[in-house]
Amino acid sequence: MIEYWNPQIERMPLDELELIQEERLRHLVDYVYTHSPFYKKRFDEAGVKPEDIKTLDDLQKLPFTYKKDLRDNYPKGMFCVPDTQLVRYHVSSGTTGKPTVVGYTKNDIHEWAKSLGRALTSIGVGRGDVLQVSYGYGLFTGGLGLHYGAEEVGSTVLPISVGNTDKQLELMQDLGTTTLACTPSYFLYMTEEANDKGIDFQKDTGLKTGIFGAEPWTEEMRKRMEDATGIKAYDVFGTSELSGPLFTECTCQDGIHIWGDQFIVEIIDPETGETLPEGEKGELVITTLTKEALPLIRYRIGDYTILNKQPCECGRTHPRIMRVTGRVDDMLIIRGINVFPGQVESVLMKIPEVGEHFMIHVDRINEMDTMKIQIEMNDEAFSDKVNDIIFLEKKVASALKSVLNLSVGVELVENGTLPRSIGKSKKVIDNRKL
Amino acid sequence: MEEKFIKQISLFAENKPGRLANIASSFKEASVNIRAFTIAEAGDFGIIRMVVDKPEQAHRVLHDAGFTVSETDVLGIQMEDVPGQLATISEVLGKKGVNIDYAYAFVTKTEKAFLIIRVNDLNTAVETLCDEGIPLLDMNDVQNI
Repeated sequence: MIEYWNPQIERMPLDELELIQEERLRHLVDYVYTHSPFYKKRFDEAGVKPEDIKTLDDLQKLPFTYKKDLRDNYPKGMFCVPDTQLVRYHVSSGTTGKPTVVGYTKNDIHEWAKSLGRALTSIGVGRGDVLQVSYGYGLFTGGLGLHYGAEEVGSTVLPISVGNTDKQLELMQDLGTTTLACTPSYFLYMTEEANDKGIDFQKDTGLKTGIFGAEPWTEEMRKRMEDATGIKAYDVFGTSELSGPLFTECTCQDGIHIWGDQFIVEIIDPETGETLPEGEKGELVITTLTKEALPLIRYRIGDYTILNKQPCECGRTHPRIMRVTGRVDDMLIIRGINVFPGQVESVLMKIPEVGEHFMIHVDRINEMDTMKIQIEMNDEAFSDKVNDIIFLEKKVASALKSVLNLSVGVELVENGTLPRSIGKSKKVIDNRKL
Repeated sequence: MEEKFIKQISLFAENKPGRLANIASSFKEASVNIRAFTIAEAGDFGIIRMVVDKPEQAHRVLHDAGFTVSETDVLGIQMEDVPGQLATISEVLGKKGVNIDYAYAFVTKTEKAFLIIRVNDLNTAVETLCDEGIPLLDMNDVQNI
């Protein structure tokens, strides 16, 4: 097994890496100013010229790019290359509004695969591995992204896409899948189905590694998945606007390495837009350094995270982002208190009696916000004494209250009744009419 | 001692229309006969407890139907259907410090009464009742009621 996909780049001292970033940033600013009428206008409005950008510190002079910009310029108004140079489109699902279109040159696809190639190597996936890609293929970036990354490092790809769980489990056993890539909620669903069929992940499959993402999940959920199946579960990060899935954690499981020669990461205060120092929690902002078709300058990702530039035990020097704790637009405001579904998950997953699935219901009753959480119970935890169950509901409510600082109703429901999902899961039903 | 324990099937059910029908029809298909039955309700949910002739089969069909179900060891006490019987039983258990978590009773065709109890200390309860000559049911008796 090889340790690094590109040791020279991946272990490069941070100051040398920053020199590469600086040079690529200067080139990028020139490039978008010349090739994108959108960015020329945006820079002109902000009163900044390409020649004003000399060092990395000057990055802060550049205006932000928002998802709204991609929507307003739908479909290709922000592209920097003629159509003849495009080799692929991906289109977002448009779940939160108009879809966004991302175009790729041949080199963009290669850079994307390279990014994931490094990431897969960092979790020990490479030649000899069978990677079952159970993310959706097609317009969604997850499937093809992992697919090309796996081919880059010489793994054998099983491009099964999402759904048809019986087949997934059958081929996993017959073809000796070692690595599975899918949403965490689909993995949970798969493990339930496997249980029902009497398939034991540890005994009956060769699965060692899971690459889970496309929706937020928590450290507590990781522990549960790993304990239940004996695999190592890794977080993967990316968004369709940047390319798709691009980065994962390394085997240290202590943050996701963002390849500095390809991207610049900043963490900002989402309210003021000011750049925050390393270690402070804020909104993730990414600038693409090597993209040709659709480069993005200071793109507001909308995820809350923390930047970590400290050397990683794996030997990689590239900056890490710590586990994404929620999205700026996922935040619920209940009676003036900010609540993230991820906080709820992390409280629930620490309580062994509580199952893996939950649903948050928010209502406004008599001008008052109320939050109710439906949970399922682990079969082993079931007691036939009413008091034990009432005690469990109270225990969950009080654990939530101490973390969220909010009184929460807890309702235990029958197992299997909360929605299971094979794609991105929905964990909040907000019935407030505001 | 354990041959005197009766397997009770308990399950968690949300308090909403149709749940009991679902359980009952699972039993009908599996030819499981219910000997004793009770629902403890607590607002949004209920716990259904029952003694059946084929506990293993009952457990399996309910589990396959998606219910959270468990098996609990309880005791089945045979009583004469006359006043004072319950008093005697609860008194002897109480004296030995055995607490009854819950109980339910039914009367059979043979003019006997049966009391199902869950206790905090099964072994002491069985010992005490045997010493007092109070007859206990076993699973065979349950099948033949």
